[in-house]
Amino acid sequence: MAGETMIEAKGLKRTYKARGKQIEAVRGIDLSVRQGEIVGFLGPNGAGKTTTLKMLCTLLEPTGGSASVAGSDLRKDPIGVRRKIGYVSQAGSTSPEAIVGEEIVSHARFYGIDKATATKRGQELLEALDLGDVWKRNCGSLSGGQRRRLDIVMGLIHEPALVFLDEPTTGLDPQSRANLWSHIRSLRDKRGTTVFLTTHYMDEADSLSDRILIIDNGTIVAEGTPAELKKRVSGDAITLTLRHEDDAKRAAEIASRLEGSDTPGIEAHVVRLHVPDGGRALPVLLAALTKDGIDAIGVDVNRPTLDDVFLTLTGRSLRD
Amino acid sequence: MTFFRDTWIVFTRAMRLALRQPLWVVIGLMQPILYLTLFGPLLQTMAQAPGFPPGDAWQIFVPGLLVQMGIFGGLFVGFGIIAEWRSGVIDRMLVTPASRASIVAGRALRDVVVIIVQGAVLLGCAFLMGLRVPIESVLVGLGLIGILGAAFSCISNAIGLATKSEDALAPLVNSLALPILLLSGILLPMTLAPRWLQILSDFNPFKHIVDALRAVFRGELNSTTVWIGIGLAVLLVIIGGWIGGRTVARQTK
Repeated sequence: MAGETMIEAKGLKRTYKARGKQIEAVRGIDLSVRQGEIVGFLGPNGAGKTTTLKMLCTLLEPTGGSASVAGSDLRKDPIGVRRKIGYVSQAGSTSPEAIVGEEIVSHARFYGIDKATATKRGQELLEALDLGDVWKRNCGSLSGGQRRRLDIVMGLIHEPALVFLDEPTTGLDPQSRANLWSHIRSLRDKRGTTVFLTTHYMDEADSLSDRILIIDNGTIVAEGTPAELKKRVSGDAITLTLRHEDDAKRAAEIASRLEGSDTPGIEAHVVRLHVPDGGRALPVLLAALTKDGIDAIGVDVNRPTLDDVFLTLTGRSLRD
Repeated sequence: MTFFRDTWIVFTRAMRLALRQPLWVVIGLMQPILYLTLFGPLLQTMAQAPGFPPGDAWQIFVPGLLVQMGIFGGLFVGFGIIAEWRSGVIDRMLVTPASRASIVAGRALRDVVVIIVQGAVLLGCAFLMGLRVPIESVLVGLGLIGILGAAFSCISNAIGLATKSEDALAPLVNSLALPILLLSGILLPMTLAPRWLQILSDFNPFKHIVDALRAVFRGELNSTTVWIGIGLAVLLVIIGGWIGGRTVARQTK
């Protein structure tokens, strides 16, 4: 099964009509996700993440393009898609007044799963997500993090090969977020589930995804592993601090000969430059400086964050 | 066809939730019982007035209350579906292979059960106060308000899902409810009304449904009035069901 395509979308489009005006929420998206991947769909609010996700989940009909999801055609066989995917929405999945176990069993029965199997599977899943003792509790009595994990249990009850998570950690405290991340990773590691998640958090996409798609203004603007994206777009920043301004000029000249370096900037006795791989460039640079008798008193290598990537790609910060 | 299975799943879930929150059921029961005890006695003396239709005061009054129960029991359920949509339950059901229409149909079935139970309690109280009708009239009456409840539940759920806003649903429902109530002779028979008001009320299908139920309570089960009323109620539930099913299907458009 490894390497099999889970999602293949071509030119997926969604336009809305609002007050007589055509609004293009998603302007034609091509993407492909392989079996067993965790793919992060990253973009600012309003970029079209949720719209794209809803289209792939059959919750919203595309106005253009085509897609095959979990082996079924999105337009021709939405029911086939629904059978094989799980979807965990931002809004939740359970009524606060309902009992956890009853919600799980009732949800499972839509997939034709009988009560006994649903109960067994539901309890196992709750256990796996550290929710062992909530079966008889009111959904509304769970904490935010517990409730989100319950939503994931609901989305996994029919053992889908592919699960969509929409902003899984929004509104959670840092501890619950880290906890949820490790659960999401173990989904793939232990069950081989393919995970497609949207997020507007850089750190989440960075630490969770095998591959990232960056969406802005309804189109995908970049794609790659977190490391690839960072390397490709901005490179590592090296900051050298020297004793004198003279040294700085000479150091800048030496640094500019580094492979892949941009033109170093000099500010008094500080030199700043970018190289594709800071870890590799640094020993070379320091050796060259020593050879010329230049003494660096400080050196910093900063790896770019996905924030920098986004800024370089779109000219805007993700936080705007 | 998974429609019936899925409707049953939605129904059992909704029913359990309703039983866990019995406040609404109790409030729904209290109102007609208050009408019965605080307004009913007034009618006893009025029933002798000229212009009052045949039958005793209870036979005129109780059918009106039953129809009111059917309409209002269904009309306000849309608030519930908005709350469920907000907590993600509706989308969660829509991503399953479940039949689209079952999401509204299962809820309507729950409302029908609640309304019939409320109607039965109302009839029991009315019996204690002096209502005497044959058992088959009681069954037809309960069946009729069940049909009405289903129609209004579907319509209310459809409005709720389409607007997704309590602020939009409340005025819409009220603007539907008031003319229906005033022009149907639910509280006082339209035979007491001036000519122009009578003509106006003839265009209100609920006036004919109330008339039909009053005829049923007089024991005139097989009369044109009754068949017209039942026919209108069935027509309403077909329209309501169609609107409801269509609205759920449109959620993913």
